[in-house]
Amino acid sequence: MNEENINLNEIPQHPIGSLLRMDRIPHIWCPGCGIGTTVNCFAEALFSSGLDLKKVSIVSGIGCTGRVAGYLNLDSFHTTHGRAIPFATGLKLGNPNLKVVVYSGDGDLISIGGNHFIHAARRNMDMTVICVNNFTYAMTGGQVGPTTPQSAIVTTAPYGSFEETFNLPYLAESCGAVYVARWTAYHVRHLQKSIKEALLKKGFSFIEILAPCPTLYSRRNRLGDGLDQMLYYKENSEIRNNADTRTVGITYQGKIIIGKFIDRERPTYLEAMNEQLSKKLGSKYIPYEG
Amino acid sequence: MITADPKSVLTGSHFIDGDHACCEGALAAGCNFSAGYPITPSTEVVERIAQRFPLIGGIFIQMEDEIAASIAIQGAVWAGKKAMTVTSGPGFSLMMEHIGLAVMAEVPCVFVNVQRGGPSTGLPTLPAQADMMQARWGSHGDYEIIAISPNSPQECFDFTIKAFNLSEKYRVPVMVMMDECVGHMTEKVVIPEADKILLEPRKYTTLPPEKYLPYEPDSNLVPFIVKAGDGYNIHVTGLTHNEKGYPEMTVSAQDRLVRRLVNKIKLNAKDIIDYDENNIDDAEVIIVSYGITSRVSLPAIELARSEGLKVGHLRLKVVWPFPEDRIKELSKKTKAFVVPELNLGQIVLEVERCNKGGAEVLSVTHAGGGVHDPMDIYETIKKALKK
Repeated sequence: MNEENINLNEIPQHPIGSLLRMDRIPHIWCPGCGIGTTVNCFAEALFSSGLDLKKVSIVSGIGCTGRVAGYLNLDSFHTTHGRAIPFATGLKLGNPNLKVVVYSGDGDLISIGGNHFIHAARRNMDMTVICVNNFTYAMTGGQVGPTTPQSAIVTTAPYGSFEETFNLPYLAESCGAVYVARWTAYHVRHLQKSIKEALLKKGFSFIEILAPCPTLYSRRNRLGDGLDQMLYYKENSEIRNNADTRTVGITYQGKIIIGKFIDRERPTYLEAMNEQLSKKLGSKYIPYEG
Repeated sequence: MITADPKSVLTGSHFIDGDHACCEGALAAGCNFSAGYPITPSTEVVERIAQRFPLIGGIFIQMEDEIAASIAIQGAVWAGKKAMTVTSGPGFSLMMEHIGLAVMAEVPCVFVNVQRGGPSTGLPTLPAQADMMQARWGSHGDYEIIAISPNSPQECFDFTIKAFNLSEKYRVPVMVMMDECVGHMTEKVVIPEADKILLEPRKYTTLPPEKYLPYEPDSNLVPFIVKAGDGYNIHVTGLTHNEKGYPEMTVSAQDRLVRRLVNKIKLNAKDIIDYDENNIDDAEVIIVSYGITSRVSLPAIELARSEGLKVGHLRLKVVWPFPEDRIKELSKKTKAFVVPELNLGQIVLEVERCNKGGAEVLSVTHAGGGVHDPMDIYETIKKALKK
């Protein structure tokens, strides 16, 4: 192509360009990383949700996925390691008219932030939690985490991980999440639709997305590059909506059960609070709306 | 300044303890969000908040731990609330990372620490003043905060309002460093009428989104704030950031940001620092004290003065930033400083640092669990004068 003929003004904007902070691009993610794909799905889902983007806040913790908040052109909060959910709790209760999304990684949300995760689900705090699970602590160089499949090689389990692997949908369901789904970075259409559903669901909605980390996880386990992991997802995933979450645990390079597992109703934290306080305090209590 | 909202102000004379007075101070200051976790001897503050908030439109949530409480309040501030958390030693230790976040992201909020004996679980039900250095230095990195130290239930009320006002003015976490004695001491607390209570309004920007830079400071070095949902698409991060709020991990961005965060307190220290002085002018010995110890010092000072000894009293209401210029001045005039505190010598280190005139500096230590015997302070005054 003759470079002189390119008119930059005529290059059409990327379909999700308006949702990205283009002045922060290029992003930090590696070639073959799955996080960008999930962001694309999230952006499409957000557009199609009809939500007022001014009222959508995104909160991340620390890590590779923790950088998502920084690239989205929304009110965005890049908080401390593991604490995106309690920050989001304060934000949501501070202004219940906001749609609050927590977007972070497996180590951040489930290891250091695990306590907050279970309590936010228990309270049915009205927020959507998106967990990109790449089976490792990627930002710090690929260490073992609670989501690392058994026998996988990671830097702090150099002879293979031997700890029990956390089954996140089962955890979320047990703790009280009203919407629980798992997809992979390969299943972009399903994922997009599912994120939209989660965004529009009242209460604690949770989506786990399996995503390749070719630089650290795949390389150390000689699993090829990002594309090879996508092939693995393609060939080994089985969509089983409404599956018993006890049966959807992750094994090393084994079968992956994906789908929407839980979609149920339960009063949110604020609904329960307003009901109890109204019952006890009668007309002295004005239901809290922010 | 604006005045308090009458619906939150319990105007009148009350006989309440310092913990309850702290709660009423927060309400009067316009606090409408609190997240906490139970810990002796601070729990009564949040118990009263949980009881009072539903009646005035505020919201309290008991979080799963102090780590969560100390960041939930920051989420609430970005939603537009005035927020406070309350704790004691072990919980304060857990909150340290988020004090750093509040410093870095410039989140106006209040941390109350009703100090008890430590280290570790220590003396849950008994007093100490041994978290004073932790309040100043406990989070990692270079920074400045504000810490104030009430010595009565009345001051627990007054100083909690002061804490909110300073936090709004400087966009900095402010620590109310109570202690178990002050927290559980019951005394008369007079709560004025709402229109007599002056509050610092939040520094919201008046600029439209396209002209607004979230971390561009004003002449006081304090940036203007916005809240989520107002269409500004702000980005807030604990990473080193530029005026736009975007991460910028360079030596120059770090230098610019960290120096400003420190200087907005340092260069405004005169406005923030607050102390009482008694019989300072001709004093040969000056007692430097704060919190409950400032009251325990009084009988020692009175006894010494009744014997004709020239003893003055410098009582710190604001401990951080430290009144270093005043100590410097006094050190040229007085023979000695005597510093009683419920720890093994913390603020005395500051007095020594600022003691450019070469006065004697004598520490009156106490490991916590009770207050000093005033005679120990009296004996130290005598010792100082003999030297």
